[in-house]
Amino acid sequence: MTDAVAVSDLHVSIAGSHILQGVSFNVPTGGVTALLGRNGVGKTTTLRAILGLVASSGQIQVLGHDVENWPTHRIVRLGIGYVPEDRDVFSALTVEQNLRLAESSAAARYDDVFSLFPELKQRARQRAGTLSGGQQQMLSIARALLNDRPLLLVDEPSKGLAPKLVSEFASVLERAAEHSTVLLVEQNLGVVKRLADHVVVLDHGEVVHRGGAGDLDDPALVRRLLGVAGAA
Amino acid sequence: MSAFLVITFSGIALGAIYFLAASGLSLIYGLMDVLNFAHGLFMTIGAYLGWEIATRLPSSFGAPALITLAIVGATLGGAVAAGITELVLIRPLYGKPISQILVTIGLDLAAVGLLMGGFGSTALQIPVPLWLIEPTRIGSMFLPNANFLALGAGVVVLVVLEWFLARTRYGIIIRAGVENREMVRALGIDVGRAFTLVFVIGGAMAGLAGILYAVVFSGDLISPTQGDSLLIFAFIVVVIGGLGSIRGSAVAALVVGLLQDYTSFYIGGHSGWAQIGNLSTVLLLAVVLEWRPRGLFGRVV
Amino acid sequence: MRTWVSRHVGVVIGAVALTLFAVVPFVGVHVAWVLPGTLDIVNSTGTLEVLALCFMFAGVAVGYDLMFGFTGLMSLGPVLYFATGTYVFDIALTRWAWPLWPALLLTFGVSLVLAVVLGAIALRVHGIAFAMVTLAFAQAFFYLIESNPHNLTAGDTGLALSYTRLPSFLSGAVSNTRSLYWLALAFLVVAYAVVWLVSESVTGHVFVAIRENERRLDVLGIRPYRFKLISFVVSSLIATGGGVIYILVIGTAVPSVVASTTVTLSILIMVVLGGAGTRWGAVVGAMVYIYLQQFLDKVSAQPSFTTLPAFLRVPLSEPQFLLGAIFVLFVLFAPGGIAGQVGRFRAWRRVRALTVDASVDQ
Repeated sequence: MTDAVAVSDLHVSIAGSHILQGVSFNVPTGGVTALLGRNGVGKTTTLRAILGLVASSGQIQVLGHDVENWPTHRIVRLGIGYVPEDRDVFSALTVEQNLRLAESSAAARYDDVFSLFPELKQRARQRAGTLSGGQQQMLSIARALLNDRPLLLVDEPSKGLAPKLVSEFASVLERAAEHSTVLLVEQNLGVVKRLADHVVVLDHGEVVHRGGAGDLDDPALVRRLLGVAGAA
Repeated sequence: MSAFLVITFSGIALGAIYFLAASGLSLIYGLMDVLNFAHGLFMTIGAYLGWEIATRLPSSFGAPALITLAIVGATLGGAVAAGITELVLIRPLYGKPISQILVTIGLDLAAVGLLMGGFGSTALQIPVPLWLIEPTRIGSMFLPNANFLALGAGVVVLVVLEWFLARTRYGIIIRAGVENREMVRALGIDVGRAFTLVFVIGGAMAGLAGILYAVVFSGDLISPTQGDSLLIFAFIVVVIGGLGSIRGSAVAALVVGLLQDYTSFYIGGHSGWAQIGNLSTVLLLAVVLEWRPRGLFGRVV
Repeated sequence: MRTWVSRHVGVVIGAVALTLFAVVPFVGVHVAWVLPGTLDIVNSTGTLEVLALCFMFAGVAVGYDLMFGFTGLMSLGPVLYFATGTYVFDIALTRWAWPLWPALLLTFGVSLVLAVVLGAIALRVHGIAFAMVTLAFAQAFFYLIESNPHNLTAGDTGLALSYTRLPSFLSGAVSNTRSLYWLALAFLVVAYAVVWLVSESVTGHVFVAIRENERRLDVLGIRPYRFKLISFVVSSLIATGGGVIYILVIGTAVPSVVASTTVTLSILIMVVLGGAGTRWGAVVGAMVYIYLQQFLDKVSAQPSFTTLPAFLRVPLSEPQFLLGAIFVLFVLFAPGGIAGQVGRFRAWRRVRALTVDASVDQ
């Protein structure tokens, strides 16, 4: 089976600084691939390049299509759900309007999403700007899961959240990964160990390690690659 | 007292026209970061198209039908001109906001030059039905019917625009795009279409503003540079109201219209003070910027 | 020697052009077709006047380039300071019969105060709002001049300059067109030198940093606001100098000609046409713009012109249409203006020279 995402020799420069310097990796179809690395090594930029949100050079294949130079909306319509780093819900719109905006077909799964996050249903008419950080993250994830997308790009879903919510989101993603491929950027090693099947590690704009999730059980390797203690 | 009320009413009507001129500008800026210098041109094109319709169609249609058709034609003309501008000139320059401003400046100069060549720089007169010139008596006051027309148009457009932005899918896309264009794209939505739509809506309102300004405030006269002078007040309204905010534009337009009318009526009669109405609006702008640079309803600019 | 010339090709071209322009008044050559009509003798009064206007606008444009091209501030109000130069100087000489130097001092004093105060207010907003606000201020100034306060400006009638208090070599007589021509050229040299010195100084480097990324300066602890104001004020004072030269050369101030937004747009177009942020681009842009304007005006006044069919005659008879259309084409297809095209050509030649050298080596 082909890879859900295949990136090769990806370069990105932003305002004169060379952020990605020839990144190559692939995301096998099915399961969770975690993209790891220290702060500022270009993980978010990699996701944004895949989505066509930043100008890049190199080859990017998404769900069997070469998407270099495609406009973002076309790439996304191949079947991508995106949970951005800072949630990026539309604060002036209500919860319901945020979801309606994400709806790509009549087959949108409002019932599924509301059963995952009943709180969103209660607050459907509330403006997203007035939600708590956790609720905004629910909305951001709900937006990505609303349509049946074969590929999910999820950027730091646990950032700044209480442990209880982190574990709730982890199980939501775990279930989503049963029928979608997930490319996950995550700093929380506990979450990564629980979800990931494959890992790709970036450093200084390059891929420095690729392997199975089992590699994360080696504390020395984790310390070398991520600069953190292995136990999380 | 009665004079005061008449002046107030006329100021509100002027505000309604400023709202029509400014809200499209504000929406275009909010969504696309484009300062559309050609917005004045869309007003002028609307006015000239209205004049063509009102003078070329047989007078057997009757004056009321002619002016109605002229107003509809002006609105559509502004919309079409704006849509073409977006597709042909703005779209190739996405991501270059300065170039987008420059291209609209060039377009404005070129097209106004063309209008001058084609129609002459002297003012043309739009034929209007008698009732538009007459006043309506309310109590002891005589209120110009034309002012009712401007006010009505302003209110209808405000209500329709608010409904469109709050209830329709494209309205929601536009509001979301004003907040975060990238994320709208990342949801698989073609923002480019929303850009064209916003230009078309803005152009329609500009065309409407162009012909109504002529009919209500400039004695049915139109000239090639009229839109450009109106544009300055639209800029003032947009900055005072806050870039990207429709409600801000509405409130600021009202304040600017009233201020201009009051000052020119009560002070402008004294010798040497004839321009006080125009000057007072700029003074208000300076005060608002000192006190609240983002405008009344605006995001941080 | 060859390397020095090729490295300083700009300086050489500039020096040669300056020398040539300086001796133009002595050259009585007849050049047909350059300017149709009566202007085709190189040192005729008409031609010298047009060239003086070219130099004056070139100086103003290079001053505007300091603010727009180098600092990234898109002001739509340079006309305010230009008109200040024209009107304050005109009023001091004509209405109050002041001598030259006090009149100049007053003119630049008023301009300095206006630029500092209005610049300080307008710079409270950024980007596009700044453009709108400067435009509104300039428009207010236009209304003010038009309304003829205290009978100072004569409103739409226009205020003719009284030359009585001026030194005789500037007295506006036709024979003095030469001195005015040289004066305009000197103004251009001074404006260019000021912009050069400022833009090559540390302050100038901060200007460029503001243009590139204003936020980053905040992080470095440099407050961009003061630097933007300096750029705004220097640029405005140069525009004021241009306004003074204008009234000396033309002799009459009319609001719609010296104080309207059209002047601002012309200056902006000159800079963009020539290439923003390059200094010499603004100069070339201004020369090309004024020349084209005069040329198109003269062409459309030719008798043979009326025989053209309307669909050609109407657009071609409007310089504003043609200049606007040329400008649109430049923005769309030649970003970087004339300077950008020259830079591209030189880069192409350098690459070609390198590849030729490489093939010779093998």
